[in-house]
Amino acid sequence: MSALSAIQLLAHKLEREGQTNITSYGDSVFRILEKNDLAAKVFRYVIEAPDVAKKAKAGQFVILRLYNDGERIPITLADWNVAKGTITLYVQAIGKTTIMMSMMKAGDALADVVGPLGIPSHVEKGKTLVALGGGFGIAAIHPIVRAHKLIGNKTISIIGARTKELMLMENEMRAISDDVRIATDDGSYGTKGFVTTVLKSMLENRELMDVVLAIGPVVMMKAVADLTRSYGVQTLVSLNPIMMDGTGMCGACRVVVGDKLQFACVDGPEFDAHKVDFELLVARQKMYSPQEKISMELFNKICEAQEHRETAAW
Amino acid sequence: MNNDTQTSPPRTDEPMAQIKPKLSNKERMKIPRHPMPEQNPLERARNFFEVPLGYTPEMAMEEAERCLLCKKAKCVEGCPVNVQIPDFIEHVAAGNFSLAAQALKQMNALPAVCGRVCPQEDQCESLCVIGAKVEPVAVGRLERFVADWERANPANGGTGSKVKIPELPPPTGKKVAIIGAGPAGLTCAGDLAKRGHAVTIFEALHKPGGVLVYGIPEFRLPKQIVEAEVQYLEKLGVQIKCDFVVGMTRTIDELMNEDGYDAVFIGTGAGLPYFMGLPGENLNGVYSANEFLTRVNLMKGFEFPNHADTPVPMAKHVVVVGGGNTAMDAARTALRLPWTEKVYIVYRRSHVEMPARKEEIHHGEQEGIEFLLLTNPTRFLGKDGWLNGVECQKMELGEPDASGRRKPVAIPGSEFTLEAEAVIIAVGNGSNPLINKTTPGLSVTKYGNIIADESGKTSREGVWAGGDIVIGAATVIKAMGAGKSAAKAIDEFVTGKKQ
Repeated sequence: MSALSAIQLLAHKLEREGQTNITSYGDSVFRILEKNDLAAKVFRYVIEAPDVAKKAKAGQFVILRLYNDGERIPITLADWNVAKGTITLYVQAIGKTTIMMSMMKAGDALADVVGPLGIPSHVEKGKTLVALGGGFGIAAIHPIVRAHKLIGNKTISIIGARTKELMLMENEMRAISDDVRIATDDGSYGTKGFVTTVLKSMLENRELMDVVLAIGPVVMMKAVADLTRSYGVQTLVSLNPIMMDGTGMCGACRVVVGDKLQFACVDGPEFDAHKVDFELLVARQKMYSPQEKISMELFNKICEAQEHRETAAW
Repeated sequence: MNNDTQTSPPRTDEPMAQIKPKLSNKERMKIPRHPMPEQNPLERARNFFEVPLGYTPEMAMEEAERCLLCKKAKCVEGCPVNVQIPDFIEHVAAGNFSLAAQALKQMNALPAVCGRVCPQEDQCESLCVIGAKVEPVAVGRLERFVADWERANPANGGTGSKVKIPELPPPTGKKVAIIGAGPAGLTCAGDLAKRGHAVTIFEALHKPGGVLVYGIPEFRLPKQIVEAEVQYLEKLGVQIKCDFVVGMTRTIDELMNEDGYDAVFIGTGAGLPYFMGLPGENLNGVYSANEFLTRVNLMKGFEFPNHADTPVPMAKHVVVVGGGNTAMDAARTALRLPWTEKVYIVYRRSHVEMPARKEEIHHGEQEGIEFLLLTNPTRFLGKDGWLNGVECQKMELGEPDASGRRKPVAIPGSEFTLEAEAVIIAVGNGSNPLINKTTPGLSVTKYGNIIADESGKTSREGVWAGGDIVIGAATVIKAMGAGKSAAKAIDEFVTGKKQ
């Protein structure tokens, strides 16, 4: 599958449907300027999106679409550059759309990038921040930690991975953190265990902290919330429910926070971790899993057919 | 794309133009109202092609003969954009379809849309003078015929690509920003462009059209028609910027102070779905009508997984809650998905109180949707996070409430359960907060609707608003009427403004 370029795939699809262009309505071109294959199916993309870069703030996200038949998917902004008019995204290739995206190359263009969306992260002066990023959640905490650092707050980042080789953004996090603590599942680097293992000992040792921020898989965010609750430390999480329009129009991303129905796209994505109904979030994330499976199987078939075609051409 | 063979008007310009003997009013009223040819209900309930097939030229001319061509035409007063109805109908009767199109387009930039989705029975047709004795003239069907004829006729360019463009005045050098490419915004943009202003529409979604593309389904309004009407606006010089959320990507203040826009029109619609607050409402399988319809219409989910990546609910039994046009659209859309076996509409009042158009209700009944009236859901049932049923209770009508309709009252002990893997909630929409929150000084009601006068003028200098964001969820044509009034006021404002 690696030999297959996304454009070939798109061309294949488009040929079948008699479509001629893959860019969306209007004149905007959302070109991929850089693409890096990092680790554990995580890819880093620098994308031309000047309107988004101009207004981006820590904690916000974009919604993107690859091509005309594509779905809209939300991705947190990991970085942006106003002067260059670019945004940086970290995307894990786990479903059809993200795998297709991972097949795209620098120079290819996305059909749509819209944003910045969501309420920016709440950043208050004079606080000590402990930020936990699990896996590619590190990309999501990055701009928030930086925002704290820029206004003079003390920042402690706890970043984790399965093993040392898969650790993401360590240097970037060191540049904006007063202290970086590392956790790996296998103990090959830093503390053996999860990011929560590190946080637990910090809490037990009564280390000074005003705000805890956790972004990553729901199980990790829930574990953090459960840990800090008894210590009464303010804890924020950024939720990642299924979304479609990202402007409050569809209600797909509804979450329950403190018994209140909230739309993550316009009321969040950042919420008080101690009030979030995580069980509901986990359940709702599975809303389309049967369809996702169908989509993936069909996509794999197309990829295989394409590979056969290429092999035959040799 | 569909039914072209049955509906295509002749391929030459003005083939029918002829002089006919003048009929007396009595003779005109003797002609029966021509029924609309429609796709067979059982067949269409399984496809997404348009339901009404449209008049042939002969049918249209015959129907047009029924119009008395009143000097003081009541029907015009009933039209929110004041289409000069007798003028265009007179041209249809004479077979001068291209002149009819010109007369129609003078007041209405989106006739092919309005001919399909306007509630004519409550507007122009309800005021038709012959309506007192016989059935009123089928104004809506004639409007649709003329718009379709113009689009399909090669002399006018076919599919909108070469449709005649009115002569535009020299550019005024004034810039107007329109927020939202729905019916209000598109109408406002068209009218301002025709007055020589530089107009940019900012649209949050990836495609222009607003509710015309995300809400109203293909079988009621083919998307190709919306595209053609949008292309026409672009020919008038209107710029459309999609993927642009005003309030997030730029604020109104930035548009006016930094980007040089002289005026702004807000037509963002009513896009924040209401839920019912019932137990089980967050189970997987419970959708807002907005989510369901957007997935199927805008994201082409009915072609999942082969030609669209956006998944749609795959349920055998679907329950739609609500009695408005959105509920009808959701129910009829659900019925057309290949895996659906049964669709119910659950509505708490009776048939007469249903706010949906009679035609839509009738179409839904014909297609086999089961209407459970005087019925209200009480909770949503499920297992392991997934919906498997809806508990409902029967209602009876009590005293009239604030809306003047009789208030539904629950009958104790009347609970029953419907099997359902999908529930679609279509009980209305609130206002979207994105603009209000980011525009200081913009006065809104407690429901978040923007406060505006008759012309759409808001509390902010240079800012107008219209459509659902002002009056709450209403109709396409009302939004268009608001866009039209605002365009007039904005034109006066920017041209009278000091340099």
